[in-house]
Amino acid sequence: MNRASLVESAYIASAVLFIIGLKMLASARTAKRGNLVSAVAMLIAIVATLWVRGIVSYPLILAGLAIGGAIGAVAARRVEMTAMPQMVAVLNGFGGLASLLVGWAEYHRALHVLPGSAALSVPTMVSTYLAVLIGGVTFTGSLVAYAKLAEKIDGRPILFRGQKPINAALLAASLLILVVGSLAPGSTYGLFLLAVGLSFVLGILAVIPIGGADMPVVISLLNSYSGLAACAAGFIIANTVLIVAGCLVGASGLILTQIMCKAMNRSLSNVLFSGFGAAKGPQAGEGEKREVHPISAEDAYYLLESARSVVVVPGYGMAVAQAQHVVRELGDLLESKGCEVKYAIHPVAGRMPGHMNVLLAEANVSYDKLVEPGDVNPLMAAVDVVLVIGANDVVNPAAKEDPSSPIFGMPVIHADEAKACIVLKRSMASGFAGIENPLFFKENTRMLFGDAKATVAALVSQLKETE
Amino acid sequence: MGTLLFFVFVLSIFLGLELISKVPSQLHSPLMSGSNAISGITIVAALVSTGLDDGSRLTTLLGFLALVLATVNVVGGYLVTDRMLAMFKKKDSKEAPR
Repeated sequence: MNRASLVESAYIASAVLFIIGLKMLASARTAKRGNLVSAVAMLIAIVATLWVRGIVSYPLILAGLAIGGAIGAVAARRVEMTAMPQMVAVLNGFGGLASLLVGWAEYHRALHVLPGSAALSVPTMVSTYLAVLIGGVTFTGSLVAYAKLAEKIDGRPILFRGQKPINAALLAASLLILVVGSLAPGSTYGLFLLAVGLSFVLGILAVIPIGGADMPVVISLLNSYSGLAACAAGFIIANTVLIVAGCLVGASGLILTQIMCKAMNRSLSNVLFSGFGAAKGPQAGEGEKREVHPISAEDAYYLLESARSVVVVPGYGMAVAQAQHVVRELGDLLESKGCEVKYAIHPVAGRMPGHMNVLLAEANVSYDKLVEPGDVNPLMAAVDVVLVIGANDVVNPAAKEDPSSPIFGMPVIHADEAKACIVLKRSMASGFAGIENPLFFKENTRMLFGDAKATVAALVSQLKETE
Repeated sequence: MGTLLFFVFVLSIFLGLELISKVPSQLHSPLMSGSNAISGITIVAALVSTGLDDGSRLTTLLGFLALVLATVNVVGGYLVTDRMLAMFKKKDSKEAPR
């Protein structure tokens, strides 16, 4: 076998392993091995590429791999589980930018080093522009998502007059550049650079109108984009393993996006364009003055202490307060008193898909105790106490009762149907969606104000004292 | 070649959609970060851009930057996913002896 076909065979093996790895990643029993299989696939693809004819700059390649590898390894080791959504956003952005830079490098090469070659054919140019546009949007979009998730900027939607027409015009301009630039590749370096700039602006503008609570959708979608950008890069250098792996990521990102949208009963376009949750001000003041029933930690303790079954509903507030470990401790103590404890996880609770599952796993909560809303809701009437920790919109009964509510129709956890409901909350500020939550005013709801971690720790120490 | 690549593209999209149509919610995060690591496959293109010495400093520089970024994506993505999955795994082995 000659060198080229050896490399091609390695790429086929790599593509097959990516497929197997991803398949295994989607099932609980095999997920960890699946990740390993996909890492091996990546290694094969990298090593094979080093054999490609014409690759000579090995010292530079080794330096790049060493620098990137060190940064990636340190970041992956240091990052807190609560900061995982930001981390994924940044990594995603890097992948997108890498695809953009590859597009640029290959464009420059074709134009200045190998002019007149097949590299300037229309299909290759279309792929180049797609890699640049998708990669650029992925990069800046992920950075904005990162800034929102890390609370470097306000997580609320940022809206301005004419936002939609401006975005539409920019998108149209990008597509126009793609067409013009692809048909006349030789004379258009300025146009190419304009496409790079436009993609950056588009990425920013596309994500700023999306609120913090919708971030699980945004991250999934950007994930999909980064795959498609890699796919476009694969067309530029005519490499099948890039196309296959990029497509797999594009598809899996789309599926996650769809799952997230379904969990909120909203369409993707509604998530992306509606500026959901931007409405501020008192939506509550419908004339009637309603009151909440505050409760002290001590009274909450008495409620919990006599409960036979407790359902914990965690939300983003638990992540912010880093309360997952004390929550697990509380659960263990209640169980040791013969109480049945379950954790009801809404698919969009938190800031990335599966966010709460990761945090509770970190705190060592066994995953057979984690239940989905559809499984726990029918049994809710028999539950003694629902403990809502830093969750808001996912327990909002307006979603099933009030057709005028913006979240009407969203599948929620029916916390209001339990015998009692204790809501741990920092203050009466509304959730990220900015919607009033009638659960807080219900007759059987008690509000326990304060920092979630401190409050749960107080409950834990009370329970310990009585042991 | 072009149409062949497009053929691969179309089949891969369908394959991807079929492959992971059903995912337990517990695995949403690892699946996302794991597939995020896979999207670092653009590292292959970055290697080509960096490694081909064509006498142009700009292509080498752009390729090198792409290589560093893609490597961060790949290494960071796989390690973070492994960390998450290890947390799920731990209780599995603890429960097994029961």
